[in-house]
Amino acid sequence: MAGGRERVLRRRITSVQKTKKITRAMELIAATRVMKAQQRARASAPYSRQITQVIENLAAAGTEVDHPLLREAEKVERVGVVLITSDRGLAGPYNSAIIRAAERQVQNARAEGADYALIIIGKKGRDYFRFRNYRIDSFTEGISDNPTYEDAKAVAGTVAQLFESGEIDRVELVYTEFITIGSQKVVVRRFLPLESTETMAAEGHGEAGAVASFEFEPSPEAVLEALLPRYVEARLFGALLESAASEHASRQRAMKAATDNAEDMILKLSREMNQARQDAITTEIMEIVGGAEALGSGDDETTETQVPVGAQN
Amino acid sequence: MTFQVELVSPEGIAYSGEAEMVIARTVGGGEIAFQPGHVPFIGVLAVWSVDVVHPDGGRDTLAVHRGFVQVAGTKVSILSDVSEAASEIDVDRARVAKEVAEAALGADRDDETAQEALARADVRLKVADSNTQ
Repeated sequence: MAGGRERVLRRRITSVQKTKKITRAMELIAATRVMKAQQRARASAPYSRQITQVIENLAAAGTEVDHPLLREAEKVERVGVVLITSDRGLAGPYNSAIIRAAERQVQNARAEGADYALIIIGKKGRDYFRFRNYRIDSFTEGISDNPTYEDAKAVAGTVAQLFESGEIDRVELVYTEFITIGSQKVVVRRFLPLESTETMAAEGHGEAGAVASFEFEPSPEAVLEALLPRYVEARLFGALLESAASEHASRQRAMKAATDNAEDMILKLSREMNQARQDAITTEIMEIVGGAEALGSGDDETTETQVPVGAQN
Repeated sequence: MTFQVELVSPEGIAYSGEAEMVIARTVGGGEIAFQPGHVPFIGVLAVWSVDVVHPDGGRDTLAVHRGFVQVAGTKVSILSDVSEAASEIDVDRARVAKEVAEAALGADRDDETAQEALARADVRLKVADSNTQ
């Protein structure tokens, strides 16, 4: 009977060991992906910095245009919420934090008496909101893991189109900001309407101010008009890249915790198993000794050869 | 005298080098050449090529399908989300694209997507051509 318990424990240990191998592998994969995602985020920085710089220069020249992307609605009737989640799970609290923040945005919109529109990136976000019967306006999958600029352009185009047609009057972007490998933060940013050029410029770092009096071709207004859609795309692309890096960092941490837990569990189960084995052996010896003694009181000759055989089993 | 030229795309810096002249084409302004000491300039680029002329007389031609050029001090930055170096261009594909676009335009003269596709294919072929010579 006692040997049965030992066998059950041994089976559990093997299963935990297999799980540990998987979580360890996922941890290592996530670690390399964080590095790659970080590199890509860094590579994309010059582009968005330069775009902001051009806007700074335009602001310095006092350019203002009446672009649809700058339209401030008098009354916000529908708020768009863009959220970036992952397609795959096992990333710790990464998705739930984003979903919670996005749901709060929807509730805020309702509290203001406005309708909502959900623009979801990543399967996890869709699953949550679909299950709760939210209306989903746009859903994109397969891009949050390793986003390309083309992907960002497609989503930004959808959002801009909804905004320009007046279907939504304000857009909030909910994503995870990558601060360091050990720290990421869910942030909610105003995506549309864009602020005036001065505020956009003020968000930059004011390098350009010194180089005044640019010549613009065809005209400052035309440059700005061509630039604004690119600015929107670049911002979304930046958010996607940061989210991807955060997702992998989150997964790495979650898998590290899982691997550590598996190790603890293996240790605990091994101790339990050893004790069970010890118990079984003790019981067995006791039985043999008891049996030998019972026989010993009878005929001596036959029993003495049987004892060693029984003890070895 | 030379200046620094950079082709900046969202995925990274796609090209960078020293040049003594950069020739581009802006929307509404036609061809424009920059040399070191040019006044600070920002322009919207037309679907066309950008030529970078090196101090030794060599020249790199890049296909820039959309973007901006900023000249400030001793630096020329070309910002573009759709650009290609000559080596990245698939000539056969560009030829096919050109034929398709021409056929579409033959059917409907005002087809804007076809017009854009034709312009892009033309630039690709021109850029690929100028680099094989």
